[in-house]
Amino acid sequence: MSTTSTRAAARLMVAPSVILLLVWMVVPLAMTIYFSFRLYRLLSPERTGWVGFNNYAWFLNSPDFWTAIINTLLLVGGVLAITVVLGVLIAILIDQPIWGQGPLRILVISPFFVMPPVAASIWENLFMHPQNGLFAAISQAFGAKPILYLESYPMASIIVITAWEWLPFATLILLTALQSMSSEQLEAAEMDGASALSRFRYLVLPHLSRAITVVILIQTIFLLGIFGEIFTTTQGGPGNASTTLPYMIYKQALIAKDIGRAAAGGLIAVILANIVAIFLMRGIGKNLDS
Amino acid sequence: MARAVTVRTKVVYSAAAWAVGLLIFFPVLWTILTSFKTEVSAVASPPQFLNADWTLQNYADVWQRSDYPRFFLNSVVISVGSTLLGLAVAIPAAWSMAFVPGKRTKDLLMWMLSTKMMPAVGVLIPMYLLFQRIGLFDTHVGLILALMLMNLPIIIWMLYTYFKEIPGEILEAARMDGASLRNEILYVLTPMAVPGIASTLLLNIILAWNEAFWTITLTTVDAAPLSAFIASFSAPQGLFYAKLSAASTMAIAPILIVGWFSQKQLVRGLTFGAVK
Repeated sequence: MSTTSTRAAARLMVAPSVILLLVWMVVPLAMTIYFSFRLYRLLSPERTGWVGFNNYAWFLNSPDFWTAIINTLLLVGGVLAITVVLGVLIAILIDQPIWGQGPLRILVISPFFVMPPVAASIWENLFMHPQNGLFAAISQAFGAKPILYLESYPMASIIVITAWEWLPFATLILLTALQSMSSEQLEAAEMDGASALSRFRYLVLPHLSRAITVVILIQTIFLLGIFGEIFTTTQGGPGNASTTLPYMIYKQALIAKDIGRAAAGGLIAVILANIVAIFLMRGIGKNLDS
Repeated sequence: MARAVTVRTKVVYSAAAWAVGLLIFFPVLWTILTSFKTEVSAVASPPQFLNADWTLQNYADVWQRSDYPRFFLNSVVISVGSTLLGLAVAIPAAWSMAFVPGKRTKDLLMWMLSTKMMPAVGVLIPMYLLFQRIGLFDTHVGLILALMLMNLPIIIWMLYTYFKEIPGEILEAARMDGASLRNEILYVLTPMAVPGIASTLLLNIILAWNEAFWTITLTTVDAAPLSAFIASFSAPQGLFYAKLSAASTMAIAPILIVGWFSQKQLVRGLTFGAVK
């Protein structure tokens, strides 16, 4: 089947995708690198020039920077932990003999289809609002003071909102994996007197490892760029309490209109994402090849 | 599982599973309910469930006060357009990688996926300036291009995993039976590829519909889709809950319905064939 001509044709068919993705990566990246060494402010466009590593120095020394890094890691790590742990538990529950598994799947997947600004605004107003939110009403019913969720615990609140959006995805992938598990094996283990916990530890969890890998890979790709949730709810505040790296760059670029510094930040974000990517790709590549 | 279970265990498990499911679904349900309440009823304390004042007024108000049809149309044009364009570029690529794999095909696929790892903010500024300079800012074409490129790696991966499951032998068998290349593609390959292409199409429409970074940063008025519509709507601070809920429902309902019908294929598709 693979004559020289079909091979050439095959390369030709891949070429447009490769070229488009290369251009999509290289052109903006080259421009970002260029800007990151320039003085370039949209509010004073007449002042230009090379500034060496000043933009990088400003960005790295900014008090917001480390907060942003920690917040980004908290967001990615927190959401991954919540969705994987709860996802495994919920998937196991749904996999039990129950009535109406089909409709239940539809209920569970729903948050995945809610666009981030809507999800964020629902949670901000209908649930977390200190006067009119449902949580405030629940607090009052117990005689407690309402909690200012987004003001007092901005990062935790955003993690909860984002985890709610991604829990359906994790749950359904893990459920799909569970359903391909052979029940004979589990029954044999049960007959041999293995406890529920050790059945979970030695049979279910290893079977799920591939699915968990996929969940982590896909979610990390999307979580590293989380923007809409923060933009809609806290705008990175109060102060910089919920500013992530993407949001910090956004603020520099479109609010402070300092292109040079934002570009330096962008490049730092790209480097950090690449470090994460290398680790992930190695693990995933191994896991998916088998 | 084929284990014999007593009705009692089944009742317990079902109750627990449905309780969890309803809890996950509750925010969506609450939003839809609130959208049919009067503003006073929406913020009543204690919250009203079945005893609320029901009305359709919020939908009429949102419809009148904002240009919902335009935002909706923009969302449709951008998500469908970027997906179709993406498929046109990706189908040949995925096809040839699946059927004529080379030594470096796996690496190429990994590289493509790694481009998705690049944070969008990293290239926001150049995109923003480029788009303004070449007149793509706040246009349909611009957003279609941006979202197409953003989702291209995922489209290629999904198609690749679907195509790989088509056995190559079947082509040889068809050829032995004297099928021409045209007939081979038309009657053998296409029917086998359609389900995969369809679920890739659906998933990417959903991803593009819900995209909220490029759509907010690269538009202002003309090409702004529903994500921008909601972003502009979400500053009521407790004043217009019912209307906010109506607007939210209007923004998510179309894709929620599409998603419900295709959830099985979507989940399978997004795992890149790694989970069956």
